[in-house]
Amino acid sequence: MNSRLLAQRNYYGKALADLAGEREDIVVIDADLAGSTKTSDFKAVAPERFVEVGIAEQNMIGIASGLAASGKVVFASTFGVFATGRCWEQIRLAAAYPKLNVKIVATHCGISVGEDGASHQALEDIAIMRAIPNMTIVSPADAYEAYEATKAIAGYPGPVYMRMGRSEFPTITEEGRKFEIGKASVMRSGKDVTVIGCGQMVSSCLEAAGILAEEGIGAEVINMSTIKPLDSGAVIGSVSKTGCCVTAEEHSIIGGLGSAVAECLCESVCAPLERVGTRDTFGESGKPSDLMEKYGLTASDIVSAAKRAISRKK
Amino acid sequence: MGEYTVSELEKMADRLRLHVIEMTYAASSGHPGGSLSSAELLSVLYFHSMRHKPSDPSWDGRDRFILSKGHVAPILYAALAEAGYFPVDELLTLRKIGSRLQGHPVRGKLPGVEMSTGSLGQGLSMAAGIALAGKMDGKDYRTFCLLGDGELQSGQNWEAAMFARQYGLSGLIAFVDRNRLQITGNTEDAVGLDPLPEKWRAFGWNVIIVDGHSVRELIEAVDKASRSRKNPTVVIMNTVKGKGVSFMENNAGFHGRACSESEYRKAVGELKEALR
Repeated sequence: MNSRLLAQRNYYGKALADLAGEREDIVVIDADLAGSTKTSDFKAVAPERFVEVGIAEQNMIGIASGLAASGKVVFASTFGVFATGRCWEQIRLAAAYPKLNVKIVATHCGISVGEDGASHQALEDIAIMRAIPNMTIVSPADAYEAYEATKAIAGYPGPVYMRMGRSEFPTITEEGRKFEIGKASVMRSGKDVTVIGCGQMVSSCLEAAGILAEEGIGAEVINMSTIKPLDSGAVIGSVSKTGCCVTAEEHSIIGGLGSAVAECLCESVCAPLERVGTRDTFGESGKPSDLMEKYGLTASDIVSAAKRAISRKK
Repeated sequence: MGEYTVSELEKMADRLRLHVIEMTYAASSGHPGGSLSSAELLSVLYFHSMRHKPSDPSWDGRDRFILSKGHVAPILYAALAEAGYFPVDELLTLRKIGSRLQGHPVRGKLPGVEMSTGSLGQGLSMAAGIALAGKMDGKDYRTFCLLGDGELQSGQNWEAAMFARQYGLSGLIAFVDRNRLQITGNTEDAVGLDPLPEKWRAFGWNVIIVDGHSVRELIEAVDKASRSRKNPTVVIMNTVKGKGVSFMENNAGFHGRACSESEYRKAVGELKEALR
């Protein structure tokens, strides 16, 4: 399988454009960022079902909920900070409480947004979406998975939050593999440490596993592309075998994947857990790669965390 | 619907008021003030103007009603029960554990409730989404939305107002219960809304101003608004908060509290007298 450098949002746009032809009930709504979120690809083929709300995210969620209550399956997109933070309470009351078919799909999540700086780097979005009842949260690992996940959530009942990055990063899944909501996938087997990632960090987890293998350490890498509901069976099964765990996410360690895994482990197999993520801090402007390094989100950070986790085993 | 006379609709408004007083008294809480000020509107909509089938709440051709000022759920529930969506006896379960009559309306919980509301400022966006879906699908249903005046301090309303004009949602008809009182007191002493008609006109809406306690004016306003083929319409209803119960009228204290026992007896006495 050849890895390619691809941006998830481009594949989100492709999936929407394909869905436009397959399903009449799909409506897409955006808040002045269609060119960036790539919902413009849908607009190009189905302009009559594309809704521009302008820079008004709260209204966007209300409109989306009204459309969904009238039988539409609505994809509402903008950048992660605005898609979740600006309209959190609208999502809670208008979309999530009545379990409406509102699919909030955010691009530009994580610190790899880069030069735009902290105002545009969503590092808390998973946490705040995870706290809302009825909400499903999906974070695809690459562009191919973003395409398949878009198709999958279109056919999945109820509100969904899907999170994607801005920049290009390596593909690690097979193109065309069906996405199953709620199911983790083991990307690499190992017996010494479980490494669970989401989003573009899965690629870094695999890279870290390669480095660890050279030192004789077997890391089992799990792609947790659905964060809620968490595939706790996959977590418990793997950690029961390896005895320790590392999580890696381009998100705060508070409330995201690391928290979800911690909650799962402390109620099942108590095992050492190390979380790789931003550590209760805002980001800043810079090149994505420099930021990933400065904020401890690289493969070598995952390697160090794995070693710490292993050393804490009893 | 439509067979009620004006005087029957006026009586119905007072019947709904009586339910509100009884429900909130039984619940020992709730929001009677704003419920009473919108009684005539609910009477006109549910017993005259709206096309709807209480026996088939999800009938596709129905007109939709969104209660943006969700705290006046009691008046909506009273209208729904009287219209036949659920038994009138159930009204007294308001706000009690296990009841379908939640403190604020919940979609899917009770027949006839279209959207979940209660957090102010959101209903007009929802209504605009419903109106837009109708327009996309070539359906001719109307979408009615009742707004409080105080909630217009929330910016999301104006986002929705701009949007509805942009998309030519002529099937969207909003009502503002202009009773001039919010919890704090007079709206104009909090953050003023006047001149309110000019604000809506500036946002491109048709504006109709009525006495919100005149059944006849409300009927005419709905008919006129329904003839719009271009822009959405707002009906600004000048009303009296607490209307119909002497000691509750223009009293912000009854925004969010039920009657005491003696107040209850007095209120019920007055409303029963009006119904005689």
